[in-house]
Amino acid sequence: MYIIIVGGGRVGYYLAKALLDEGHEILILEKSSTVCETVNEELGSICYRGDGCEASTLAQVGTGRADMLVAVTGEDEDNLVACQVAKHKFKVPRTIARIRNPSNEVLFKKLGVDVTISSTNVILEQIAEEVPTHPLIHLHEIRDKGLEIVEVKIPQGAATVGKALRDITLPQGTFLTLIVRRAQKPLVPEPGTILMADDQIIVVTDPASEQELRKALRGS
Amino acid sequence: MKIVIMGCGRVGARFAGLLESAGHNVTMLDTDSYSFRRLPSGFKGRALVGNGIDEEALKRAGIEHADVFVALTQGDNRNIMASQIAKRIFGVKRVICRIYDPLRQELYQNLGLEAISPTTIFADILMKKLEG
Repeated sequence: MYIIIVGGGRVGYYLAKALLDEGHEILILEKSSTVCETVNEELGSICYRGDGCEASTLAQVGTGRADMLVAVTGEDEDNLVACQVAKHKFKVPRTIARIRNPSNEVLFKKLGVDVTISSTNVILEQIAEEVPTHPLIHLHEIRDKGLEIVEVKIPQGAATVGKALRDITLPQGTFLTLIVRRAQKPLVPEPGTILMADDQIIVVTDPASEQELRKALRGS
Repeated sequence: MKIVIMGCGRVGARFAGLLESAGHNVTMLDTDSYSFRRLPSGFKGRALVGNGIDEEALKRAGIEHADVFVALTQGDNRNIMASQIAKRIFGVKRVICRIYDPLRQELYQNLGLEAISPTTIFADILMKKLEG
């Protein structure tokens, strides 16, 4: 794939390095000449000096044939404009923006950016995973489908411990996919499966049903 | 009319003065309070420190009840983003955005933003003067 990365800072640099290793054609657009030189010395001539928000620069690097543009500068507004110019002027099929302010996610989606990545949110999710008492952990969002994969842990003494799955009413559109049980192989949930304390249940759900799902599985 | 202006530079401050003389209710938004020194003496509108690409700052500036939003900071991208927030999130009826880069101005004009490029306009004026 031909992937254009806007911003040659730390994020852009390591992203380019990883994608080059996977065999992709990579081009970094970077405003600063010194940053550009460093990248070119270390990764080979893949950095082009220019403003990734300018249509003329994007035209020079053949954005029209790019499969993807990833904007990872430190400024949300620059990342938004780079993605919008790529999308509307050059019809790039996939645009991805890094965002600093998590509340910009909704706006960026509304304005046509395909994927947003908020480092703040990523770290928050990681923290949630590390906190053992956290009742529901977000594992993966299924983009554009309004679904997500979450993990629900059954605590000691929960009202649902010892109950069979057929006796538990789940919210509509929720699917239990896997039960990870201590010292056992993961098992596929069946109506007769009995819940045990410390079970980790992997569930596909609609984000709006999270609370109801948690209550159904944990009894509170 | 209620008008929110983002960016209190020379143009923003002068425009605010003109609007006020015409009887409009003006709120200025700028990230640097020092820039408010440019406002005409006796300016009765509000001057708030805040970033126009932040929804909270825009709300404090009264964007929800504004009839007009004008983006006049030095940054094209900042103006573009703030204008799109005003239009798409808050539904402000009239949004005007300054974009120095003529190519970007053309693109966003096509995307439905009322965008003005002072670069194109001033270059045209100079050309007319010379050709007399």
